[in-house]
Amino acid sequence: MPEAKLSLRGVTKSFGDNAVLRGIDMDVAAGEMICLIGASGSGKSTLLRCINQLEPIDDGVVLLDGLDISEPGLDLGPIRRRIGIVFQSYNLFPHMNAVENVLLAPRRVLKEEVGALRVRAEALFERFGLAQHIEKYPDQLSGGQQQRVAVIRALAMRPEIMLFDEITAALDPELVGEVLNVLRQLRGEGMTMLLATHEMGFARELADRVCFMDGGVIVEEGAPEEIFSTPQVARTQAFLRSVLR
Amino acid sequence: MNRRQAYEAGQRRRALRVAGISTALVLAAIMVLVPLAPGWPQVKASFFDGAVFAQTFPTLLKAFLIDVMIFAWSVPLILALGLAIALARGAQAPALFPLRVFGAVYVDVFRGVPVVLTIYLIGFGVPGLGLPRPWNSPYIWGTVALVLTYSAYVAEVLRSGIESIHASQRNASICLGLSERDTMRYVILPQAIRRVVPANMNMLVALQKDVALLSFIGPVEILRQAGIYKSLLANFTPYVVAAVIFLMVTVPATRYADHLLNRDRNARS
Repeated sequence: MPEAKLSLRGVTKSFGDNAVLRGIDMDVAAGEMICLIGASGSGKSTLLRCINQLEPIDDGVVLLDGLDISEPGLDLGPIRRRIGIVFQSYNLFPHMNAVENVLLAPRRVLKEEVGALRVRAEALFERFGLAQHIEKYPDQLSGGQQQRVAVIRALAMRPEIMLFDEITAALDPELVGEVLNVLRQLRGEGMTMLLATHEMGFARELADRVCFMDGGVIVEEGAPEEIFSTPQVARTQAFLRSVLR
Repeated sequence: MNRRQAYEAGQRRRALRVAGISTALVLAAIMVLVPLAPGWPQVKASFFDGAVFAQTFPTLLKAFLIDVMIFAWSVPLILALGLAIALARGAQAPALFPLRVFGAVYVDVFRGVPVVLTIYLIGFGVPGLGLPRPWNSPYIWGTVALVLTYSAYVAEVLRSGIESIHASQRNASICLGLSERDTMRYVILPQAIRRVVPANMNMLVALQKDVALLSFIGPVEILRQAGIYKSLLANFTPYVVAAVIFLMVTVPATRYADHLLNRDRNARS
C-alpha cells in the first residue's frame, strides 16, 4: 500500500475533563474522499480542527506526507496553507468583497503577483457559478453563495487536502444543493477531501469511505454501501436508524 | 390614506400639540420666575451684557483658533499612540511581556490622573528641567499632556474593539496560512477600527473641550483670553461668549457622533 497522504495515529484531545477524541487512527490516500458521520458532539469537528492544528492535539501524531505536523512548536504557517478548511459559519471577512476575501491569503502568504492571481480567482468564481458576484460583500450574498466563496477562498491557496466542517448545516434547505454541487465538482477533480457531514444521501453517493464516530472514537468505517446497508456495530445501526427514519 | 395612517397622523398631531404647549409653559415660567430672583439684575449685567458680548466675540473667536490648532495636531498623535498602546497590550510573545506591562501601566496611570493634573505636572515640570527655547514651549508640553491622557482612553476603546471581533475571524485567517501579524493587520484591525469610530468621535469631542485646560500653563487661547477680558472689563460675559463658541463646534460634532453610533447600531441589529 502506498504511503498515505494523511495519517492519524492514536490522536487524543481533551477540553478540560472532557475527552473529545479518544484515540483516532485513520489513513487518507491522495484523491480519497472520506465522510465523517455521527451525532453532534461525537468529535467530528474537533477531529478536523486537530488535523490542521487549529486545536493542538494532546497525544498521538498527525502525519502529512509522512511529516509529523503535530509536533509541538512547529511553525504551522507552511502547513496550514497545504490544508484548506471550510467552516459551518462561512467566516468570510465582512469588510472585504468576495474577490478580496479570496485574494488576501495568496497575496500575503504565497506573495503571488496580483494580475495572475486575479485571473485564477476569476476562473474559480466562474467555475462555481459566482462570476456575477465577484465584487459583492458577504452581507449582499446568500448563505449558499457565501459558503461557495469560502470554498473558493480555501482553494485559491492550492491546498493538497480540503477539510469541510458541516458546511451545509447552517444553510436553508434550498441552498444546500448548490454547495454540495461544488463538492461534487471537487470530487471529480480528484481533490483529497475530509467531510464532517449530516448529509447522509450525499455521503452515500460520493464518499470512498464513511467513518461513523461516537464518543470520540471511530466506531465503524467502510465503503458507503457497507455502512449504510449492513452496519455491523449496534451503535452505528442505532444512529442510522435515527437519522434515516 | 388608509385607516392606520390616519390614526398615526392624528397621534403625531396630538403629540406635537402637547410638546408645544408644555415647552411654551416651561419657557414662560423661566422668563417670568428668573427675573423675580433678587440678584437677577446684577447677574444679567455681569453675564449677559450685549455690548461686551459684541466687543469680545471677534477676538475670542480668533483665540479659539489656537484651540482648534492644538486639537488638530493632537488628534493624529493620539490616534497613532493609542493604536500602538492597544497593540502593545495585546502582545502575546513572552519576549514582549515588558511591552504588555508597560501598556497596562500607561493606561492605568493616564486614565487615573485628572487631565488638569497631568497638564500641570508635564506643562510646568518638563520645562523646569531648563530646556532651551523653543523646547520649553507650553504648546509642546501641553500637547504632550493631552496626547498622553487621550491616547490612554483611545487605546482602551481600540482594545475593546479588537476583542469584540469574533475568534472565528482569526481562525479563518490563520487557517489560510496568514501570520498572526498579517491577521491583525488585514483581518482584525480594519473591522475593530470601524466598530469603534463612534466611540472615538465622542472622545474627540471631549478633547476639543479639554484643550481649553492648557490655558492654565500659558497659551493665550480662548479660555485665557476670556479671563483677560473678564479682568479688563470687570464683566463675566466673555466666559459666556467662550461657552457659546465651544457649543458652536461641539454640538454639531456630538450630533454627528450620535448619528454614526445610531447608524452602526441599526446596521448590526
